[in-house]
Order: sequence, then structure tokens, then C-alpha cells
Amino acid sequence: MNSDSAAHAPKTMYDKIWDSHLVYQAPGDDSVILYIDQLLCHEVTSPQAFEGLRLAGRKPRHPDRVMAVQDHDVPTTDRDKPIADPIARKQVETLRANCKEFGIRLYDLNDVEQGVIHVVAPEQGHVKPGSTLTCGDSHTATHGAFGLIAMGTGTSEVEHVLATQTLRQKKMKTMRITINGQLGDGVTAKDLILYVINKLTTAGGAGYAVEFAGEAIRSLTMEGRMTVCNMAIEMGARVGMIAPDETTFEYLKGRPQMLQGDEFDQAVEEWKKLASDQDAVFDKEIVFDAADIQPRVTWGTNPAQSVNVTDVVPEPESFDNIEERKMAKAALEYMDLKAGTPITEIKLDWVFLGSCTNGRIEDFRAAAKVLKGYKVCDGVRAIAVPGSGIVKRQAESEGLDKIFTDAGFEWREPGCSMCLAMNPDRLQPGERCAGTSNRNFEGRMGKGGRTHLVSPAMAAAAAVMGHFVDVRNWKYN
Amino acid sequence: MQAFTKHEGLVVPMDRSDIDTDQLVPKQFLKRVERSGFGKFLFFDWRYLNDDYAENPEFELNRPEYRDATILLARRNFGCGSSREHAPWAIADYGFRVILASSYADIFYNNSFKNGYLPVKLSEEQIEDLFEREARFRPYKLTVDLVNRRVTDEHGLDLTFEIDDFRRDCLLNGWDDVGLTLRYEDKILAYEKAHGIV
Ligand code: SF4
Repeated sequence: MNSDSAAHAPKTMYDKIWDSHLVYQAPGDDSVILYIDQLLCHEVTSPQAFEGLRLAGRKPRHPDRVMAVQDHDVPTTDRDKPIADPIARKQVETLRANCKEFGIRLYDLNDVEQGVIHVVAPEQGHVKPGSTLTCGDSHTATHGAFGLIAMGTGTSEVEHVLATQTLRQKKMKTMRITINGQLGDGVTAKDLILYVINKLTTAGGAGYAVEFAGEAIRSLTMEGRMTVCNMAIEMGARVGMIAPDETTFEYLKGRPQMLQGDEFDQAVEEWKKLASDQDAVFDKEIVFDAADIQPRVTWGTNPAQSVNVTDVVPEPESFDNIEERKMAKAALEYMDLKAGTPITEIKLDWVFLGSCTNGRIEDFRAAAKVLKGYKVCDGVRAIAVPGSGIVKRQAESEGLDKIFTDAGFEWREPGCSMCLAMNPDRLQPGERCAGTSNRNFEGRMGKGGRTHLVSPAMAAAAAVMGHFVDVRNWKYN
Repeated sequence: MQAFTKHEGLVVPMDRSDIDTDQLVPKQFLKRVERSGFGKFLFFDWRYLNDDYAENPEFELNRPEYRDATILLARRNFGCGSSREHAPWAIADYGFRVILASSYADIFYNNSFKNGYLPVKLSEEQIEDLFEREARFRPYKLTVDLVNRRVTDEHGLDLTFEIDDFRRDCLLNGWDDVGLTLRYEDKILAYEKAHGIV
């Protein structure tokens, strides 16, 4: 192939963005130096990176391409008081001091825009189609919903991006997951991604940049698309992405940190060219039918262990391979569930609405719609934690907070909260929670706590009934 | 970073898949702003019975025969979950120099190379064989040679493993990534000029 035809060879979206960010590839080296347009930081994975920078006598190369948020271990109540946990307080103060020292934009604890980093960054317009973005956080893939390469890294790589505005990377393989048709009523982006992870397993996407495509994906709002890309990592894929279209541009237009006016319009023309070329070849293609997807509930201790709400807790013996059987058995033991129990008979102690998976306005609207005119079941404690201050304000202006509090939910300040329970919001050993977040690992919501992942509407319905129900049969008020 | 060339050590088997980073270091220990001292939090929920660090005698690492293990043998998808580098910091600080597994989560694998220990990828069959050998020859030692990409024991085992050249070089020499990249600062500058980045 001559270079001319290579230049015109059909490319995937991942290839296009990769190629346009290539800084240098040494001869014979299979990793490259890739330019990183934007870095996001939070208090938990950045302190050692800033410290490393200082120790080496370095400075951030482009502080204007870095933003930071306090989200992981911030309390969701009593924000006017100092943080009670001295270690968490120190971490929050450390981020504040680092941002000040190096001139980095910080969304601080009591700023109205503060919230979970993956909610705040798009909301504020830090996320551009066609760009590269990293963050010391595995759910960074969320931003790929806007058509960019967004990946999670460790802290050493946070330092690397701070110091050089680049990362050394090996190109990933590409996978396209196409979902044909339309999701049924009551079936959401969360159910879609839980279904896909179940089919691919927790490691099925490892080594791949995954592009989600097809009619069911195109029909999703930006919130829904972010929910899908957010969980790409739960099947092992560091990168999840969706081609930008009018839905994307509409969402981004006018965001505070976004290009404005003519500049924005010109950028849109460029962004339209990002979609994978029609005849681009992916290393792997997988196709699903949206009609097969139903509301999902996880029963185990990894996000791939889910079934339809109409199913029963599976029999470990029903799995093909011995590894999966062993894991299912251990999971059922941890979750204190018996094989054969209908999912709708699983009783709950807690319901958690929030996180970077489902903490956006659309999620609270869906949950409020279910809750309207109902009360949370006796014995269930339910908290609603907006993904950001902006989401919170929007929900309040629509009167949603009233619906939540009338139903008996606690209406909290934004943050990661019970999604990883680094702040005071956590389960006690043995407690069982329906959560809208992304991980049901052992102890994720508190040592000995048990998590079932579901969509916001499913979580709200479960809060009312005290056990899971099929939200497709819900009587709305 | 500590360099790695060759290591001989005792193997501790952990017969599990999907060992996630929440298990490697639970979140309550992520609030520290230091990089060191994470070893005692490694596998906290499995390793201790309570918050006072009372050891769970059942847990592999606490068994007397595995106290001095420096090589961790596990199954597939090791290190899945969160990107926290606290997990690699804990592994290194505990004293592990090698992990053997059939696959790793991408971010964890990447993070490992910045912390001076070696994650070795072997096939599921090879891993199975190592579990059997460990049971048969306990206390079981392996020698892991990064220069020649080989894993050997005293009973005739001789495996080769794959690892990309760049990562191998960095580990062999204990190089610092940022310093390496900054050798190409002129290329970064040229890229920024060409893209109007100032
Ligand atoms: S909400 Fe949960 S998954 Fe998202 S960034 Fe926070 S801790 Fe991580």
C-alpha cells in the first residue's frame, strides 16, 4: 500500500483521534507519546502526583488544561462545618493548596458547580469531541460519550500528564458494539450496559477501545450515553466512545468552558467528521438487539453478574466454566442469597440514588416520576445524592427535591457518597442496598455491605416496595 | 523506581479470579496523601478480622508457610476495578516482587510497571500447572528472570513470557517515565506549535 492510499484508508473514530494526537513514535517502539488535551483531577488520586512534581522540581506544563474537583471523600451533609474526618479533611485541603500553588481551576467543596468529577466536567464544558482526556479514575471513560478518547490512569500517569501534557501509550485494539432497534418502555441505558457487560464478562473488553453504536445508542440522550460509556471499564475496556451528533452538540452548546459562538460552530463542522468511516474495520464486532434487553438487577459481586428482574438468582452449577461457577458460589455466599430466589423477593435495607453513572438530572427525573405520590417502605433508608450542585439546583427548580423528601428520601449535597463509601455514607455489615452506581464489589459500599446495581427508576420502585419490582408494571401517579 | 532484573522467591497461591483493587486496598486507606506505607493495608478485608489488625488465620498471606512469600500467584483479570495506584503501592510495599496471573486489568497492569515489581502474564494452563506445582512442592520457589523473560523452578519448569520491550527496559533500568518523555520535549513543543497550543 502506498502512503497516499494509507492516508485515505477508512478509519475508526478511535484511529482518527489517536492519529491527530500522535506526538512521537520512536522507530521500532510500539508505544507512542500521545498528546493529552485535558486532565481532570480529584482529591484522592492527585496528592502523590503533585508531590512527585514538586520533588522533581517540575511544574504543570499547561495548568489551563487541568481542572480539579473535590468529590470522593466529601460529606453530603453539614457542608457548612469543617469535615469531621481529619484524614479526609487533609486530602481536601491538599488539593486546594496544590491547585492554588500551580494555578489550576478547582471546583471546591462549597462551589455551586462542585460535584462528581465525571458529572461536572461535561456539565461545565471541559470535554470536547475529538480530543484526548485523562483522569486518575477508572470511570473516565464516561467522557467518551462525546466522541473522544477518555481514559483512566494511575497516579504516576497523572503526574506524567501534569509534567508533559502527554502520555506514553500503546494503541488499543478496537471493538464496536452495535445495539440495533429501540429499548422498550421502562428499559434504560443502565439496563443496556448491564446487559452488555453480562454478555461480555468483566474482562471481555480488556485491551480494547470500545465504540458503542446502533439505533438504540443514537436514541439515547447525552445522560444515557454517559451512563453507557461510564461502565465500559466494568467489562475491562479503558475507553468507551460514541460518535458525536446533534444530541452531543446540543448538550455542549453554551457550556461555560466550551468554545462559544462562531468558534463553536466551526468546531462542530470538524466534529462531524469524527465518526468512524463507513467501511472502517474493527478488530472485533458484536451486535445485540435492543428488544432482548429488560430491566436488569445484579445478584453478585461483580457488575457482570446480573439477570432480568423477572428472573431468579442463578444456580452456580448453571455456568459453563468452573471458574465462573466458583465465583458465583462465592458471590452468593457474600450476598447471602439462595439460588432460585426470584429477584423480586430480595428485600432491601437501603436505596442509593446517585454517582457518576446515574447522578444526572434525567436520572432524578426518572426516579421522581416513579416516587410521586408514594412513600419509601418502612425499614428502608433512602438517599438521593445529586451528581453536582448544578443538577441539584435544576432538580430543585423542577420541584423534584420535594417529591423525594415527601416520599421519605434524604436529599443530600453532591459527591460520590455511597458509591464508594469513603465519606460517612456507608452500609453496615450485612445491609443490602439497591444502588444506581457502577460497582457491586465486596465491601464497596461499606465493609460487609451488599450492593445490587439497577437503574434509577428500578431503585425508586424498590424503595417504595422494600424489594425489587419490575418497573415496567409501575402505576404512576 | 526500584530496578528489576531477576528475582528468586517463595510463591503464595491465591486461587481467585477478578481480584479487584477494592480488595487490594479498601477505600478507607485512600485518604492518605503519602505514597509509602500502604503494605499493611494490602487485602485488608480478607487479611484482618477487625479494624485492630487482628489477623485472619485462614487468609493465605497469614499462613506461617507463606509469611515470606514475594511472588503472588493468582488467576485471571487481576487488578480489575478502580484505577487507584494505591493498589500497586501496597503490593510493592508489602514486599511482592512478582505477580503471576493469566490476565490483568489494563490500568492496573500499566500502573504496576511504575512501581518496581513485575506482573507476568502466563496462559491459563501454565497458571493451572503452577498451582499444582505449588501444592506438590510446597514450600515452592520460582525464579523470574526479566532479562531472558523466563520463569523457572528447581524441578525442571522452564517457561518464557512476553512483555513489551519498552516496559522491560524501564524496569530493568529503574527509569523514571517523566524523565524519559522529557527527552522528547522538542517533539512536544513541535506538536504544540503545529496545533496552536501555547
Ligand atoms: S461516583 Fe463512584 S465511580 Fe463515580 S467517580 Fe465517584 S467513586 Fe468513582
